[in-house]
Amino acid sequence: MSSLLEVRDLHVWFEPPHAAPVHAVQGVSFELEAGERFGLVGESGCGKTTTILALMGLLPPNASLAGEVRLDGTSILAGGEDSVRPHRWKDIAMVFQGAMNALNPVKKVGWQIAEPMAFHGVAEGKAALKRAGELLELVGIPARSAQRYPHEFSGGMRQRASIAMALACAPKILLADEPTTALDVMVQAQILELLTRLSGELGLAVILVTHDLPVVAQMCSRAAVMYAGEIAETGPMDALYHAPAHPYTRLLFAATPDLYGADAVASIPGSPPRLDRDITGCPFRPRCDVPIERCARDHPALLQVETAHLAACLRAGKRGGLRAEPGADEAVRLGQ
Amino acid sequence: MTETRVSKTPLLEVADLVTRYPVRRGLMQATARAPRRWVHAVDGVSFSLDRGEMMALVGESGCGKTSTVQTILGMVRPAGGSVRLNGTDIAGLRDRQLRPVRRTVQMIYQDPYESLDPRFRVRQTVEEPMLVHGIGSSRKHREQLIVTALEQAGLRPAEVYLDRYPHELSGGQRQRVAIATALVLGPQLLLADEPVSMLDVSVRAGVLSLLDNLRTTADMGILMITHDLSTAAHFADKIAVMYLGRIVEQGTASEVVRDPQHPYTKALLSVVPKRDPRDRSVPQILTGETPDPVDVPSGCRFHPRCPVAVDRCRAEDPVLRVAPGKERTPGHPARPVHLAACHLA
Repeated sequence: MSSLLEVRDLHVWFEPPHAAPVHAVQGVSFELEAGERFGLVGESGCGKTTTILALMGLLPPNASLAGEVRLDGTSILAGGEDSVRPHRWKDIAMVFQGAMNALNPVKKVGWQIAEPMAFHGVAEGKAALKRAGELLELVGIPARSAQRYPHEFSGGMRQRASIAMALACAPKILLADEPTTALDVMVQAQILELLTRLSGELGLAVILVTHDLPVVAQMCSRAAVMYAGEIAETGPMDALYHAPAHPYTRLLFAATPDLYGADAVASIPGSPPRLDRDITGCPFRPRCDVPIERCARDHPALLQVETAHLAACLRAGKRGGLRAEPGADEAVRLGQ
Repeated sequence: MTETRVSKTPLLEVADLVTRYPVRRGLMQATARAPRRWVHAVDGVSFSLDRGEMMALVGESGCGKTSTVQTILGMVRPAGGSVRLNGTDIAGLRDRQLRPVRRTVQMIYQDPYESLDPRFRVRQTVEEPMLVHGIGSSRKHREQLIVTALEQAGLRPAEVYLDRYPHELSGGQRQRVAIATALVLGPQLLLADEPVSMLDVSVRAGVLSLLDNLRTTADMGILMITHDLSTAAHFADKIAVMYLGRIVEQGTASEVVRDPQHPYTKALLSVVPKRDPRDRSVPQILTGETPDPVDVPSGCRFHPRCPVAVDRCRAEDPVLRVAPGKERTPGHPARPVHLAACHLA
């Protein structure tokens, strides 16, 4: 049975003028089930935002792309813009980073929510405006606020309005790029509660893109940790925290302070590799605390550690669970 | 609300500080002689900080934490109260008189991508404050001081960084350059406004540990603004929680985090996401957002959002006082430190 969304071996290159191409996403594969909340975690420059922009067909013109994205079994990126457009906003919608910038300052909020409905032929005129009011109510804003302009809204309300806008055409998948980064803790909690509620009530699948591990830990059942354009580890959130198989996942959790955690927090020395040159061996090796000799030579593939738990580490699986050797016949390579 | 003075003078003592900004009136309101209205950014804030201590000012945007720090720095004139640095009131001093003070009090800003001049090499950035304050007898002497400051800030060996431009540095390295620029003046008090919120998760802990170490190695007091309670709990000795221009709760970090007294602190703590996915305690989400500091609610300013407010809270403004049963700190019998501004605490 196929998943709602299947991403297979996705690559994205950016070609800046007068510079070497940047291989921003290097063979990312994952799938998403209906109604599921999935986290895409990583530091800046790891390719998480590029990945979801690729799903929306919103990459800039200097980007080139390889791989396959299937929505309900249909390939949506193969035909370029023409094949994505019918799905964009209708099946896959997005909440952008920075609630303040995602809304047009000179248009009334209700009108902005109604606009994509007319574009996709979902509703028009008065019907669309009425639905805009209903959507605002759904995200916790009084319907009459549809008559107001974005500057009359607080940051939290603007983020709610941009969620309402994303829901305009009743999508199946909501991509949320750092939806709470610019917001205060209490407003962040309100928005996360809203996303969780919407996902449950509407059966909406959510991909939450963030650098904030605790947010993913609380909101998502499954996540992928990205590093240097690749998925370093993916699996159930519980396994990622309690039994991480990739040193990066473990160190990233250890770098995150916890309110009641008594253990010292430590940063990860060094910085991520440049993506405009080829990487030999494991991309995380220079920052890894437990490298072995082979790490400098062999590029680790994303292999199964436990059911639905995969890691791209040559040492993964050695501490129990499946012993995973790249090249070995029993190794389960994702996507093969 | 002055605390009982222990033998020595604290490094920083802020008492009943008030900072307000006028609300701009339109032409119509001005001609109609509408009364001038004020944004009450800081409305009676008192606390003290010693050398070697780190205090975190925690609160949501608009609670007055940045205004408090700007007033201490002398960037904004207070409308009332005092800011004593080693016993001398520096609030309301003129620019010229403030200059020696500015050497003692240094500031680290939130965004190291904005706070460094992109056309300055690291050495120029770190040297500039010395030129302003006339420190260092010769170029060579200043270079020595630059190297020492960079290494103190964890950029070792300093020679590698001296001739780099900001765009050649990572975010964490930039923030360390900003810290070196502050250290080169030998400050006693460091004010840090969200020093790591723009940095990647993997390097935050390093910058925070650096600040943590500087308290002892450089014998500095550090006042850190943060919205992140987990960070405050981990790195600060004391936490002050601000709401609408007031400190509503203040105490040692572990006391405030483990045994919060004010309903606002309790709610804030409950919504901090936990690292462990199994730890799904129910967050106590407050509705709405912080009210406008122009029209401060009557009585307790938190009462419109407070889940446990009673009639008294609507009428009577609670003072920040020692929380019952919290009169003594273990190890510091003379120092009452856990304070809360709540009738029900």
